[in-house]
This record gives sequence, structure tokens and C-alpha cells, in this order.
Amino acid sequence: MGVGIQVDQLNAWFGKTQALYDINMKVEANHATAVIGPSGCGKSTFVRCLNRMHETIPEAHASGGVKIGDVDVYNGSSAVQIRRRIGMVFQKPNPFPTMSIYDNVAAGLKLNGFTDRKRLDEIVERSLKLSALWEEVKDTLRKKSGASLSGGQQQRLCIARALAVEPQVLLMDEPCSALDPISTGKIEELIFQLKEHFTIVIVTHNMQQASRVAEFTGFFLLGKLIEFDKTEKIFTTPSDKRTEDYITGRFG
Amino acid sequence: MMADRPVSLLRRAKNGAATLAAAASVVLVLAPLGAVFGYLVYKGIGSINWAFLTQTPKPVGEAGGGMANAIAGSVLILLIGSIVGVPVGIGAGIYLAEYGRTRFGDLIRFTADVLNGVPSIIVGIVAYGLVVLTQKHFSALAGGVALAIMMVPTITRTTEEMLLLVPSAVREAAYGLGVSRWRTTLSITLRTATSGVITGVMLAFARVAGETAPLLFTAFGNQFWNWKLDQPTAALPLQIFTYAISPFDEWHRQAWAGALILIILIVVSVSAVRIAASRGMLKGAH
Repeated sequence: MGVGIQVDQLNAWFGKTQALYDINMKVEANHATAVIGPSGCGKSTFVRCLNRMHETIPEAHASGGVKIGDVDVYNGSSAVQIRRRIGMVFQKPNPFPTMSIYDNVAAGLKLNGFTDRKRLDEIVERSLKLSALWEEVKDTLRKKSGASLSGGQQQRLCIARALAVEPQVLLMDEPCSALDPISTGKIEELIFQLKEHFTIVIVTHNMQQASRVAEFTGFFLLGKLIEFDKTEKIFTTPSDKRTEDYITGRFG
Repeated sequence: MMADRPVSLLRRAKNGAATLAAAASVVLVLAPLGAVFGYLVYKGIGSINWAFLTQTPKPVGEAGGGMANAIAGSVLILLIGSIVGVPVGIGAGIYLAEYGRTRFGDLIRFTADVLNGVPSIIVGIVAYGLVVLTQKHFSALAGGVALAIMMVPTITRTTEEMLLLVPSAVREAAYGLGVSRWRTTLSITLRTATSGVITGVMLAFARVAGETAPLLFTAFGNQFWNWKLDQPTAALPLQIFTYAISPFDEWHRQAWAGALILIILIVVSVSAVRIAASRGMLKGAH
């Protein structure tokens, strides 16, 4: 089951440049929350702070409070432990190129020392079914490399890989920006189904996508969270002038 | 649209010239290799027979005899060199690629590049000082260490280059799954770069396989069989060297045969590793 996320006074930097300013946000469990805003506004940095991927970049750091369920992300747990609870799907599909489809999905478990083969088989099948890829790859699971799939299939493979470690939260950083409309449609459908099991935070450049898949939407501008509310409210009666300007296409 | 317009004569001429130049370069590169190999076969094949491959050298004046002990010695010394040199080289390459963006890293890079340029005879002297003087006699081990020292810089630098070619997105994917950094480096980054790293290892291997100078006062050579790591050991390049500068025709012929065997040994081991490595590859992986 998914858990909620509580963000308190989150600040993030790249070296001396501040990228996020005092972000406060409460993400509902088992719902999809969209993060929108123009390029460079800090959307990606924000989600990367939630699973401490931000700090893998040299000289980048963050401060503030993030709670995933009742686990404090920045106090008392290691980054590696946190990332096992929080799955991540990246902008460009990034399967492990030398691994088979099966090994790609099993990677998170295998590399962390999970060895029960029968359980692994079950988990791989379940994850691929959840990500709606099973039917297309079930005959070539161990024969074909993850890199041999099409872009849309690769992205669903990456989703399956993230789901296999049974995270509580799924972060998606513009998961459809490198995909064609049909693949995008499939992933959006998928998000609807995944909400039953996980809490989803999705960064998107596509405002229609935000309104289609997410119950809540946050609008970022220049590293600040300008407005956070129900998606419907953001797109129909935003309370901030800047949000309105952005969603009506006046800038960005 | 301009699809039907014929391509101008000038463009076709330029295209033809460029293709020709590229093809000519290929010939130019391959011709010496073909010539060397052809000449070796021509000179050497006649002296290769069962005795050559199974017997030790006969004293001067006696006909027959072979280089079996030198072939075995070369295999032994190269094995020691690889066992010592490959892990050190790959390890240093990993360090440089994953943690080496520091002054210390730059120092290692510089050292490796200089080491790459050190004359092989000097590497031999170093191994002599390090191993032969401590053990108080010449040995296969000393020869192996000398070759290992020569392999390390090539392997280090190619491993580093190959690891840096692995897209950071692949590393991020592993971090995102909660895989620790060292596990990511070994099981993801290194694995993704495997074919490139193997190329570097084989390059270093092929280069040192023919080295004579570093073995002169380390492995030293031996007219008899030896399997002990701490005893003087025969090696093909040494045997070829000794026979080639001798005044006897029979020995000259055997030197040619030895050179041919050495080349075949290198080609076979490099191809074997390549085939073994590609067996593990999947459809669509690069």
C-alpha cells in the first residue's frame, strides 16, 4: 500500500546556487500528484529530493524535512534504505543494457541479495503484468536484452523494475517526454491502475497529462511552490495570478 | 521537391575519392600485418613439427629438438602477468572513473601515462630489483611481475575510459533502486562496460606477450622443462632471441618457427577470450 508524503521547509542547492526555496507539500497516499512548471523551475530537483537522488550529483545538497509515511528521509536512515522504499522512473528509459528483460526487472532484488528463484519468478511476472508489458515480452524474457525493446516498452520495463522492489511511493520524472502518443496513453492508463497500490508523484511538462492522471497538482516557478491544490481547482480557478498565466499559456 | 535532380558530377567525384581514400587506408593498415604473418608462415611453417612442439632444445650440433618448454614457459609467465596485472589495472581504472575526479586521481593518471612510456628493459630492471634480488634467483614469478607492470597502465586507462562511457542514466537507475554505490559500480557499470574493458585487457596482453627485454634478467630462460614459479623459466621471445643471434642455420629456422608459434598463441588467446565474452551477450545488447 502507498503512504503519504509530508514535505516541510525543503531547500535544495547545486553548489552555491539555490534550486528550491522552502517547499511545503502534503502528498495524499494512493493518489497521483502532478508537479508542473516551466523548464528549470525545480520540478525534477523536488522529486529527486524525495528519494535523496539529488545528493548523488557532485556538490548538490538539500535540507529540510521529508517524511514518507512515518519514515524521516533526511534523519536516521541511509539514502540506500530510503530509495528501496521509493521507486523512481526517469525521463529517458534507462534499462540496464547488458541485462535480459528478466534480469532488468529482478535487478533491484538480486543486487540487494535476494536469491529465492521461485519468488523472483513470481515477482518478475507480477511486476511485468502490473506495468502492462507481460504479454509482449513473456516469450523472450531471458533471451532478449532490455535495450532491444522499443522506447515505450523500455519505459514500461523501467516501471516494472521500479515496482519489483515493492516501493510505497513511485516517483515519475517526465516519464512520457521521450515517448509517442500511443505509448504515452499506455503509461497514463497504467498510472490509473498503479494508484491502487502506490502513491504516485509525477513531474510533467504536459498540462493535459497532469489534468488527466492526477488528483492534485503543484505549480512550481523559479524554485518555489506557487500553488498546490486539487488538480481541478488549479486548472479552472487558480488562486494565484502566476499559475493562471502559466496554465493559460501566457509564459513557459 | 528535389528528389529527382541528378547528383552533380563534382559531388559524385568527391564521394568516390573519399571512399577510395578510406579503402586505401584500410589496405595500408592491413598490409604490414598480412606481410608479417605471411612471411612468418613462409619461413617458419617448415620447421614446425611434432618434435618442435613436444621436445626441449637439443645441444648445438644435434639436429631436432624443439621449443616445448619455451611455449609452456611463455604460457606460465603470461598467466602470472595476467593474474597480477589485470585485477590491479581494472581496480585502478574503476577508482579513476568513479572516485578519481581529484588531484590524487590526476596524479595516478599522469603516473600511468608515464609508466606506459617507460622502456620495457627498465621495467625488467625494476622487476629484477624487486623480485630477483629478494629471491636471490631468476624466476617465472619475476618475469610475470615484469609483464604485469607493463600491462597495468594500458588496462587502467582503457578501463577508466570505458567506465566513463557508461551513461550516468544507467548508474542513476541502479541508485534509484536502492543499490549501494560499490554494488552499482561492480554489477552495473563494470558489467555494462565489459566488452570495452576486455578489449583493453587483450590489448595489454598481446603487447606484453611478445616482450623480450623485461624477461632477459627476470625469467632468464631455461633449456629444460620448469614448472616451478621460483626457478628460471624459458619463454618464447627469449628463445627466439637466443636462436636468432646464434650462428647456426638450424637454430635460425627454429627461431622463425618459434616466432610463428608466438603469433598464433596471441591470436588464439585473444580470439578465445572474445568468443567466450560474446557468448554471454544477449540479443540487442551492445
